[in-house]
Amino acid sequence: MRFMLMTSNDPSVEMTPPNPEMYAAMGKLIEEMTRAGVLLTTGGLEQTPTRVKSFKGKIEIMDGPFTEAKEAVVGFALIEAKSREEAIEFSKRFWQVAGDGQGRIYEVFGPQ
Amino acid sequence: MAANSDIHRTVDAVWRIESARLIASLTRLVRDVGLAEDLAQGALVAALEQWPQTGIPDKPGAWLLVTARHRAVDQIRRNVRLERKTEQMGRDLELEQELAVSKLDLDSPEDMGDDLLRLIFISCHPILPKAARLALTLRLLGGLTTDEIARAFLVPEPTIAQRIVRAKRTLSEARIPFEAPVGPERASRLSSVLEVLYLVFNEGYSATSGDEWMRPALCADALRLGRGLAELIPNEPEVHGLVALMEIQASRLHARIGPAGEAIPLLEQNRGRWDQLLIQRGFAALIRAEAIGGALGPYRLQAAIAACHAQARNPEDTNWERISALYDALVQVAPSPIVELNRAVAIGMAFGPAAGLEIVDTLISEPSLKSYHLLPGVRGDLLAKLGRFNEACEEFKQAAELTRNVRERELLLGRIATIVK
Repeated sequence: MRFMLMTSNDPSVEMTPPNPEMYAAMGKLIEEMTRAGVLLTTGGLEQTPTRVKSFKGKIEIMDGPFTEAKEAVVGFALIEAKSREEAIEFSKRFWQVAGDGQGRIYEVFGPQ
Repeated sequence: MAANSDIHRTVDAVWRIESARLIASLTRLVRDVGLAEDLAQGALVAALEQWPQTGIPDKPGAWLLVTARHRAVDQIRRNVRLERKTEQMGRDLELEQELAVSKLDLDSPEDMGDDLLRLIFISCHPILPKAARLALTLRLLGGLTTDEIARAFLVPEPTIAQRIVRAKRTLSEARIPFEAPVGPERASRLSSVLEVLYLVFNEGYSATSGDEWMRPALCADALRLGRGLAELIPNEPEVHGLVALMEIQASRLHARIGPAGEAIPLLEQNRGRWDQLLIQRGFAALIRAEAIGGALGPYRLQAAIAACHAQARNPEDTNWERISALYDALVQVAPSPIVELNRAVAIGMAFGPAAGLEIVDTLISEPSLKSYHLLPGVRGDLLAKLGRFNEACEEFKQAAELTRNVRERELLLGRIATIVK
C-alpha cells in the first residue's frame, strides 16, 4: 500500500522553524526510511502556487501570492507501507524530529 | 485511551518496522538466531500486555530492545547458575559490559546495519534448504508471521512453522557464526541472498492462484528487503541489478492482469498502466550498478532487458537488437534452456522468425522443457510468422494441452481457429 504523508502549513499550529540539528536528524530519518525500503520519494512544495479554476468550461489561471493564509501543503513523502498503521508509525517518527506542525496521511491509489 | 484492537494493529506495525533490527541486535548478543527470536517475541508479548495500559512509548523500537535485552541477561544468568560453564561466565561478563555501554545510547545506525546484514546472510545460509531460507528470511527480516508466510506460499501453517523451527535448529547445531562473509565465500553467499529475494518476488509475481491479497504483498516484501540491502552494501552491483529488475517488473503488476484475472503478455499490456515511479527507481538502481562497474551479472542483465521494454513507448518501438545482445550475454553468465528460449524470441523479433526458429529447434530435445507449454507456444508463433501454418497449428495444440492456465489455453485455441480460417 502506498501512502502520501503531507505536512501542511496550518496557521493554527505554527511549525517549528528548522535548525541545523533538525536537518541532521531529518537526514538520519530519511536514510533510515530509505534503508528500510519504505521511502519512495520525497519533496517540498513552493508556497506561491499557481491556482487553476475550471468552471463551466472556462479555465482560469491565477498567479499568487494570495493574501488569505489558508493551510497549504509544504512537503510530502511517498512511502510504501504494509498498512495504514505502519504509515502512521513512520509519520510519528517524522514529527518526533520535525517538532510542531500538522500533517495528513492519504492512501494513494493507482496506477491500477 | 485507544481501543485494544487499535493497540494491536499499532503493535503489529511497530513489529513490522522493528523486528528485523531487534532480532539482529539480539543475535549479536546471544549468538543464536532462534533464541534471539524467542527473546524478541517475548518482548512483543510484554508490549501487548503493557502498552494498552501505559500507552505506546515514544520510541517503541528502543523499548522492545531494552525489554528483550533484560530478558537475555536474565536467561544467561540463569543458565550460568545452572551450568556454571566458564565459557558462559565470560559471555556473561561481556554482556554486562555491552549493556553498560548501550544503556546511554542504543546501537548506532552503523552497528544496526552490520547486524542486519549478518542476519540476512545467516537467514539465506546455503546450509539450509531453499524453502527454509525463504521462510526464515520472511519471518526474521520481513517481520511476517508464520500464518502470513503459509498463506503466501499456499502451504499449511504447521509446515512453515516446522520449516522455521528446523532451520533455526540447523543453524544453531552447525554453529554458524553471526558474520557477514568476506573473501572468496562472499560472492556465493551473496548470490544465495539475491536468489532468495528474487524467489520471494517471483512467488508473488507469478501468482496465478491463491490468496490474491497476500501474494502481490510478497513482491512488496522482496522489494523492501532488496532496497534495504542495497543501502547496507551499496558497492555490490548485482544487488542494485536485482533491485532494478524487481522495481521494473513490479511497475507492470497491475497491467499484467486483465479484468477476468487473465495474464496479459508484455507486448499486449497497456503501457499507460505501468507504474512510472517504479520504472524511474529501476533506472536509478541500474545507473548505480553501472557506476560501480564490474562484470555484468545475471540480475543486471535481466534488469537491462526489462529496462529496454520499459523505455519503449509502444511495443513496436522495442529495441530488439539490444535485447538480443543482452540475452546473448545472459546465456553466457547464466545459461539455462528458458533463457535460451527467451533469447530465441528476442532474436526472432530482431532478425526475423527464421533466426529465432533455428535456436528453438535446438531446444526441442531439451528434457527440462518437455512439458513447458511456452516451447511449443513460441515455436508455433515463429512457424506461423513463416507461413508454415499446419506445423504452427500442431504446436499450438500441444501448447494448449500443456498449459494449466485456462485463459492461456483459450488464447492458443483462438490462434488455431484464426489460422484454420
